Amino acid sequence: MYQGIRIAGFGGQGVISAGILLAQAGVENKLNASWLPSYGPEMRGGTANCSVVVSDGEVYTPIVSRPDTVIVMNEPSLPKFEPMLKKGGLLILNSSLVNSRPARTDIKTVCVPCNQIAEKLGMDRIANLVALGAFIKCTGAVSLAAVADAMKKVYKRAKPEMLELNQKALQAGFDAVK
Amino acid sequence: MTQKTLRKGNEALAEGAIRAGVRFFAGYPITPQNEVPEYMSAHIADAGGAFVQAESELAAINMVYGAAATGTRAMTSSSSPGISLKQEGITYCASADLPCLIVNVMRGGPGLGSIAGAQGDYFQATRGGGNGDYHIFVLAPNSVEELGNFPKLAFDLAEKYRMPAMILADGILGQMMESMSFNFDPVDPNKLGKFDWAVDIHKNGRAKNNVFSYKGDNLIADVVERAKRYGLIEQTEQRFEERNCEDADVILVAYGLSSRACLEAVNHAREQGLKVGLFRPITLWPFPQKRLAELAKTAKAILVVEQSLGQLVQDVKLAVGDKCPVGLNAYPAGGQPDGAQILAAVKSLLTGQKEGLFTLQDHAAGFTYHCTRDLKLGVQGDRKGETK
Repeated sequence: MYQGIRIAGFGGQGVISAGILLAQAGVENKLNASWLPSYGPEMRGGTANCSVVVSDGEVYTPIVSRPDTVIVMNEPSLPKFEPMLKKGGLLILNSSLVNSRPARTDIKTVCVPCNQIAEKLGMDRIANLVALGAFIKCTGAVSLAAVADAMKKVYKRAKPEMLELNQKALQAGFDAVK
Repeated sequence: MTQKTLRKGNEALAEGAIRAGVRFFAGYPITPQNEVPEYMSAHIADAGGAFVQAESELAAINMVYGAAATGTRAMTSSSSPGISLKQEGITYCASADLPCLIVNVMRGGPGLGSIAGAQGDYFQATRGGGNGDYHIFVLAPNSVEELGNFPKLAFDLAEKYRMPAMILADGILGQMMESMSFNFDPVDPNKLGKFDWAVDIHKNGRAKNNVFSYKGDNLIADVVERAKRYGLIEQTEQRFEERNCEDADVILVAYGLSSRACLEAVNHAREQGLKVGLFRPITLWPFPQKRLAELAKTAKAILVVEQSLGQLVQDVKLAVGDKCPVGLNAYPAGGQPDGAQILAAVKSLLTGQKEGLFTLQDHAAGFTYHCTRDLKLGVQGDRKGETK
């Protein structure tokens, strides 16, 4: 198993944080994992993205230039990352904020209304975890339990009720994919 | 097996340095290595050490000179333009025979360059960098795990031979997070033996120790003595990693981050029945030329993959001589190697084509550099968008 993932969205949508969580979950599952933020002018106000690799073998370069999966959280990220996807790759689209649909027909697209689901749970900010849950359902790259363990390590200062809410968002994203 | 933890490259390096017994750090901020001083400022005092944010790179390296003269494990870190500024201090450390650690988390150059990871400082690191006849150890990690474990190795080597050591990483290795573990027990600097040359409190009638970088009339003898040490190091301290080289038709040579992209190319090539291997220098100085020269006897060709424009390839060529042709696949000034592009270059090397034996992506504004098999670098200056 070798999964190269790009997660992209606005700064503040939690794409960087979701990436760290995913990499940490890989480590919890005894996989090799890497995470790399896009650093540079992109981080100042515009879109943010990160590369994550989880693999049962060695991780090659941490720069994911031909992703197996792209998680697109906002509109501007779709035209930027859709062309990068591998043939037959997976596109997870936050349909709450992205109105366009991919032009490519050689990829699999899964639309998840991440923000709507998060709002229903009472907090817009956890849309990133909804997307992560959907990713886990689609790929099985890491387990839900591993993400739960990872949360405790990555969000060290989070209150228990916040962790619980995160957990619910993850599960809701997982369940949203049929 | 030790449980692996997810760490950022720069932080693993800083933690690894503290575990290796570093008790003095001086530095000046520059992207993409800022997490090193940040981590040091938060943690080195807890270990009984000192952190100084210096007023400049030059001040930082000279503080390291002073701390190292006392026998303390001392280090500084910076990125390419900052390392250029430190060269005066580094050559003084070399002339005073002081073991210390300099970390270069390379970025694009020349000049201010860019903050993207790059490997353009290969010549500067391996040829000394400052003035005069000297060398420093140069270690090239290719993972967060090695970033964390190399400070210990660097000090062990630096102290054994009384000379500065450098860890040559790049912006991507510094910024990435990866699962890693430390392979050594934390070093207690109080339990390290005292150096008989170190400057410290002299008592009980022992003669004063002085550390000089200027030794007056003895300069020639001094330089020659050091050269003998360098010769011994070149015989005994060459380090490298080899993957699938034994039966390889094409051997890729790469260090640091580019070696990881090469590994992807090797694995994909093997799946397609192409015999490709990877030779990764771990010490860039001393360059692991002995083993590479042996491998060159059986390989059909060697392809050097570097994130610089024809630097590593020169050491490879020196080691290999005429034993087999050497090609270059270059990604300078912040360009990032990619397994698929490397594999394409391997294929043209195997089929005797010149096309693809270079890669300058889009970074060179329309210039195409062709590297022929005998390494005559020709430039086709076809500038895009310019009327002729």
